[in-house]
Amino acid sequence: MRGAMDRAALIEAFKAQTRDDPDLASAVAAIRALLEFLKRDTEETMQGFRANLKNAIEMLSGVDSSVAVSSGGELFLRFISLTSLEYTDYSKCKEIMIERGEIFLRRISLSRNKIAKLCHPFIKDGARILTHAYSRVVLRVLEAAAESKKRFRVYVTESQPDQAGQKMAKALSKLNIPVTVILDAAVGYIMEKVDLVIVGAEGVVENGGIINKIGTNQMAVCTKAQNKPFYVVAESFKFVRLFPLNQQDVPDKFKYKADTLKTSQNLAEEHPWIDYTSPSLITLLFTDLGVLTPSAVSDELIKLYL
Amino acid sequence: MRQDYGPKVNLFSHLHQYSRKKPLTQEMSIPSTVIHPAVVRLGLQYSSGLINGSNTRCIALLQAFKQVIRDYSTPPNEELSRDLVAKLKPYISFLNQCRPLSASMGNAIKHLKKEISGLPSTKKEEEAKKKLQDFIDQFVRERISLAAEAISKYALEKINDNDVILVYGCSSLVKRMLCDAHDKGRVFRVIVVDSRPRLEGRDMLRQLVRQGIHCTYVLISAISYVLPEVSKVLLGAHALLANGSVMSRVGTSQIALMAQAYNVPVLVCCETYKFCERVQTDSFVSNELDDPDELAAQRAGVLASWQERPSLRLLNLVYDATPPGLVALVITELGPLPCSSVPVVLRVKNVE
Repeated sequence: MRGAMDRAALIEAFKAQTRDDPDLASAVAAIRALLEFLKRDTEETMQGFRANLKNAIEMLSGVDSSVAVSSGGELFLRFISLTSLEYTDYSKCKEIMIERGEIFLRRISLSRNKIAKLCHPFIKDGARILTHAYSRVVLRVLEAAAESKKRFRVYVTESQPDQAGQKMAKALSKLNIPVTVILDAAVGYIMEKVDLVIVGAEGVVENGGIINKIGTNQMAVCTKAQNKPFYVVAESFKFVRLFPLNQQDVPDKFKYKADTLKTSQNLAEEHPWIDYTSPSLITLLFTDLGVLTPSAVSDELIKLYL
Repeated sequence: MRQDYGPKVNLFSHLHQYSRKKPLTQEMSIPSTVIHPAVVRLGLQYSSGLINGSNTRCIALLQAFKQVIRDYSTPPNEELSRDLVAKLKPYISFLNQCRPLSASMGNAIKHLKKEISGLPSTKKEEEAKKKLQDFIDQFVRERISLAAEAISKYALEKINDNDVILVYGCSSLVKRMLCDAHDKGRVFRVIVVDSRPRLEGRDMLRQLVRQGIHCTYVLISAISYVLPEVSKVLLGAHALLANGSVMSRVGTSQIALMAQAYNVPVLVCCETYKFCERVQTDSFVSNELDDPDELAAQRAGVLASWQERPSLRLLNLVYDATPPGLVALVITELGPLPCSSVPVVLRVKNVE
């Protein structure tokens, strides 16, 4: 059954969102595209609509295989599906769903600022911070800390294979924050010099662990070995219903880019883009739901999903 | 009051130690006018060890109480909701004398008492009795049988092909999970770990081999030898406490500790009706002591004459507490959860 917005149009809407605002989180872009899809959908029944929406989410995951798109999509689906239990008339239902979708979108657009407000007090004057790759949330936090007139310096890993760390360093120097790019291999070396480690996350799993750019796990292990605090900043729409036991347990669809998944002959030969950091290595998570310990993440997920 | 059997180890002197061999009827007088015959039979089955295992004991208890409710008639000038609860009290303390109540039984009794006290006084006796019996059936169906099905389904996602799974003792839930996974076509092999004196692992082994699952059998002293080849450890639980501790058959915490040393994830399966509001950090405060004669396998020798030797004490513990830090995840009918989420589940379930 073809929806009013076909595959190409949906993917174009998603890509347009990221093009227009490069600062936008990929999950937010996905949800905006899904909201457009919702508005233009011509289905007459709830079942048909849900099926269309699920297909749409899968299509978007086919373009951007990150965990955040998948978790954001699932949360959006759940958020608006609860409406179907309250209203039996489908057209009224759809109106309410669109309204709720807009509210949801508005709420999550504010989440980065909420997180920055919670996290920047943990950065003391004169602090030396280590971060990994390029994270827009971490950037926002450091921006907020700089705005509150704190002096600190940042070390960022180069983060191969896409050198995302260089992008982060450029953005930080634009904010006049002293920054040094270090090799991925130099994390163990630099750890004794830093006071705290702040990283973003692509996904936060049920036990409070995180899925993030490859190299995060190594950083967390070194941080623990030297007894430094390891902070994670992530929006609540990144909470995902996964429970990996180890690196192997993370589904392949998140480990590799969407194109690799489609074209590769043998996935075992590809390099994974993400890794899993266990909750025992994480000190605190800063989210728009508040400052949480890893064990509190499961409580929040139960509240969201059960 | 039932007498303790033999001298106890000082640290556990607050617990009871009963003998398995001596028939219960010789040790205490059971007036049949006070205790319902179904409950007497149940008590004897518990004390002799005929009915074993958390779920089995709980289901047997509820069936016996169903019979009690069927035969119950409210005396004049009494209310069913208050009198029935008062009638159940001596039965429960009798069963406690036969064998200390398990956490699953305790929770089931709590739910039943709540249901009884919540009965409106306007209800007719027959209706009220039917409602209670339906409640018991629903409890067994939803929180034990269907929960087991749901847990088995979630566990299937965690069992991968070519896994080597280590299990300990005999848990009805773990047995079911492995058999279901095998039926669904997963290829894996199992290492069954066993320990004296109960040797429950043999029962597990028998059932798994009958299904055609490839099994290895070792005693607990050999786990450091087999753990390097194990991919995950699957354990059952007797109860899950509010601080995340897992109460299970003695030896479980040893396996969890060893598994952590070898970086093997430990998965615990437990239905939510076994979640307790109690907090326990050690295995001493609340435990059960079994018949010490079972440790003395030989007919003659030092162990056989242990009661005559004042410097020798035999300790046959039944349960131990595994700290939450050693457990990777708990699989419940609500899905996989971390150990620290037990109080959240209790809160959610109590609200319902």
